[in-house]
Amino acid sequence: MTEAILATQGISKSFGALKASDDVSIDLMAGEIHAIIGPNGAGKSTLIKQICGGLKPDTGTVKLLGEDVTDLPTELRARAGLGRTFQISALAMEDTVLQNAVLGALGGQGNPWRFFKPVLKDKDLLDTAMEALERVGLQDHAKTRTAELSHGQRRQLEVAVALTLKPKAFVMDEPMAGLGTEGSKRLTEFLGDLRHQAPILLVEHDMDAVFALADRISVLVYGKVIATGTVEEIRANKDVRDAYLGDEA
Amino acid sequence: MSLILLIEQILNGLQFGIMLFLMAAGLTLIFGVMGLINLAHGSLYMIGAFCAAAVAGATGSFLLGLIAALAGAAIAGALVELVVIRRLYTKDHLDQVLATFALILIFSEGTRWLFGSFPLFLDIPDALSGPVTLPGGIEYPLYRLTLIIVGLLVAAGLFLLISRTRLGIQIRAGENDREMIAALGVDIAKLYTIVFALGAALAGLAGALVGAIQSVQVGMGEPVLILAFVVIVIGGIGSIKGALIGAILVGLTDTLGGIFLPELMKLFFSPATATSIGSSIASMSIYILMAAVLVLRPTGLFGARA
Amino acid sequence: MTRETLFNSAALAALALVPLWAHFSGEPFTVTLATRAVILALAAVGLHIALGLGGLVSLGHAVFFGIGGYAMGILAHHAQTYTPLMEWPFVIEGTKSMPVIWLVAVVLSSVVAYFIGLLSLRTSGVYFIMITLAFGQMFFFFAISWSAYGGEDGLSIYVRNGFPGVNTLVPIQFYALCFVILAAVMFFAARLQRSPFGLALNAARQAPDRVETVGLNPMRLRLIAFVLSGAITGLAGALFADLNRFVSPTMFSWQMSGELIIFIILGGLGRLYGPVVGAVVFVALEHILGDLSDYWHIYLGVLLLGVVLFARGGIIGMLLGREVAHD
Repeated sequence: MTEAILATQGISKSFGALKASDDVSIDLMAGEIHAIIGPNGAGKSTLIKQICGGLKPDTGTVKLLGEDVTDLPTELRARAGLGRTFQISALAMEDTVLQNAVLGALGGQGNPWRFFKPVLKDKDLLDTAMEALERVGLQDHAKTRTAELSHGQRRQLEVAVALTLKPKAFVMDEPMAGLGTEGSKRLTEFLGDLRHQAPILLVEHDMDAVFALADRISVLVYGKVIATGTVEEIRANKDVRDAYLGDEA
Repeated sequence: MSLILLIEQILNGLQFGIMLFLMAAGLTLIFGVMGLINLAHGSLYMIGAFCAAAVAGATGSFLLGLIAALAGAAIAGALVELVVIRRLYTKDHLDQVLATFALILIFSEGTRWLFGSFPLFLDIPDALSGPVTLPGGIEYPLYRLTLIIVGLLVAAGLFLLISRTRLGIQIRAGENDREMIAALGVDIAKLYTIVFALGAALAGLAGALVGAIQSVQVGMGEPVLILAFVVIVIGGIGSIKGALIGAILVGLTDTLGGIFLPELMKLFFSPATATSIGSSIASMSIYILMAAVLVLRPTGLFGARA
Repeated sequence: MTRETLFNSAALAALALVPLWAHFSGEPFTVTLATRAVILALAAVGLHIALGLGGLVSLGHAVFFGIGGYAMGILAHHAQTYTPLMEWPFVIEGTKSMPVIWLVAVVLSSVVAYFIGLLSLRTSGVYFIMITLAFGQMFFFFAISWSAYGGEDGLSIYVRNGFPGVNTLVPIQFYALCFVILAAVMFFAARLQRSPFGLALNAARQAPDRVETVGLNPMRLRLIAFVLSGAITGLAGALFADLNRFVSPTMFSWQMSGELIIFIILGGLGRLYGPVVGAVVFVALEHILGDLSDYWHIYLGVLLLGVVLFARGGIIGMLLGREVAHD
């Protein structure tokens, strides 16, 4: 059996009496999209924070490429190969699209301690940034201020910044949120291809996208994984229907 | 170093701490409920002291002076809130710092214009002057003892206000969730004005009470303001309990440090050097305390975890 | 050339030419006033790196200004009294040489900025403001109680310190020296703003989560910005003390910290020329309004309120629009 690229092993996290994560074990294999779904308040955001850094699980471990990263801060997990997109776009709004992408490239390169040479004249950084922008189709907006982008374009830029890091695994927090039908469709296609570059742990509310994309789905309810399986298995699972999918499935 | 001196200094520290609490309580309430950093809180302290000195000077009654201090500071606070402060709630901290800094300039120069640059004096009322003998034969100024008692009473009243009254419920709700209190049908604008005026009245009271043992002059508020900031950084912003404990810690550290550090240094240095080094370190002691608390708990002793 | 670069060049040219004109029309006082403005501008350019680029609202930058001032005061004091600064474990003599004094000022304020930053940056928002303010007060009271160097009264220096090839006693020559330093620092600050570090710092202010998730540590970026910022303000402090030939605890005062922020906001937050324009206008107002009324701080207060409530872009923002150019 091949080893998981990204895995949580029995992580639990409580806030007072509330169990936000309850013995969660999820793994992400090469080339796959593993979707995590669950009703609001199921503990998806808490789980993402524990995977990406920012919250330390009470018990359990997070592994990236076989290494235990549970104690690493966010930025070191990113350097170890974790690319993340946010649910609410976290971008430097005053800066241009290109500057945001260059920031990603700079992070990937790992040395921001240069104080004199203009960053936009660094050919390596520019190439990496432009390549990522081209892949998401934002190359014509490179000089646009990020604040002026449409909501959908910001989501594309989120993905582009993650791409500049050339990550080994992606964690995407509701990338479809707020996109129109057309936008979701395009992003769905894009992510479908992206999985071959690096696997994606996808937290998503858009069920059409999840069912279209996911190789496997895990269902999180009250901090517990109640089922993991293929799309068909999850659709057929009675517990999942009762707890979550309802009439939707 | 006798026990009597030690107890005397502890009482002095306590008195200083309690007065700091009156300042810090207002600041922390205002920050907790409105999210506002108010540098002009020291000006309200000064206004209280000037109102007390002017009215007590004119009428000869210290009590009337105190009432004038409370009323004057509360009115000034409410006015400032209505005219300037309420435009700042939605702005960032930098804007709040600047606007309230501007208010300090206006209040300080305005007061100098009205009263001149010379300090005013507020006399301790006859009934409270002179020493009192405490159990154990310790002689202590009655007025300072009264300050401790008054301060503790005000603290108790504040805790009751917040835990038992309708206004207190609204204040606590406001600290947790602004939208919720709107949903409860509370008039937020009015609540904010009341909280600001309440904080101002506490500062004014402190200014008047302390004004009787120090001189009343322009610029008297800012050093106290900054110490009150240290207090709420130590106690945790938004926590009244933290403000009380932080204030007493700071009061005791400052007073006892000033006395004992030079003594302590005499163990290592010649008397003259010891006094000089000791008083230098003592002047920094509360900030060292603050730094220590920050290292251990960045959000203060009783602050919400970030 | 955009309107902004045109404006900036004009401002710089005015700073170069007006004192020269004043010098030749026999108004040395105006030259001294301009020197004061340029030095305060330098201090505020230092703060700009922390505040404008890093978003760090430091209400304690007077610490570095004061450290620069005392570095000058103490070194020159020992030089003029012919007493060594210390004799054990090795001898350190005082000095009247500006370059040495500047170096000491910059190194000391960097070290102090590093430690204050290390502690203060553990917090953010309003805590950070209060803590930097408190550290400022700590140095203020320390200076007051430090009787060896004048305590509350401060230290006077009889003759301005020297710089090779410049007669610093002539106002216009000292001005030229300060102006060149300001221009050089602004050149480096402008480069810094566009450098990889500047990009990352700017992003750390706007979207710290993003900076972390691309593998950079926002805290470390802020700390370095704080140190650079403190170093520049410290250098300005040494010059300021030399201008007055006097240093006292008021250089550490919290009002000083407040004024540095005022310069930035008055001129225009986020722009390199903001602190410069702000400092010049402030010194001019201080001079003009101060002549008109003893209570000129009232007018300053009202003006400041107006800027905060109605004109966030400051003077440059009003002239050129609020949009800060990013290129």
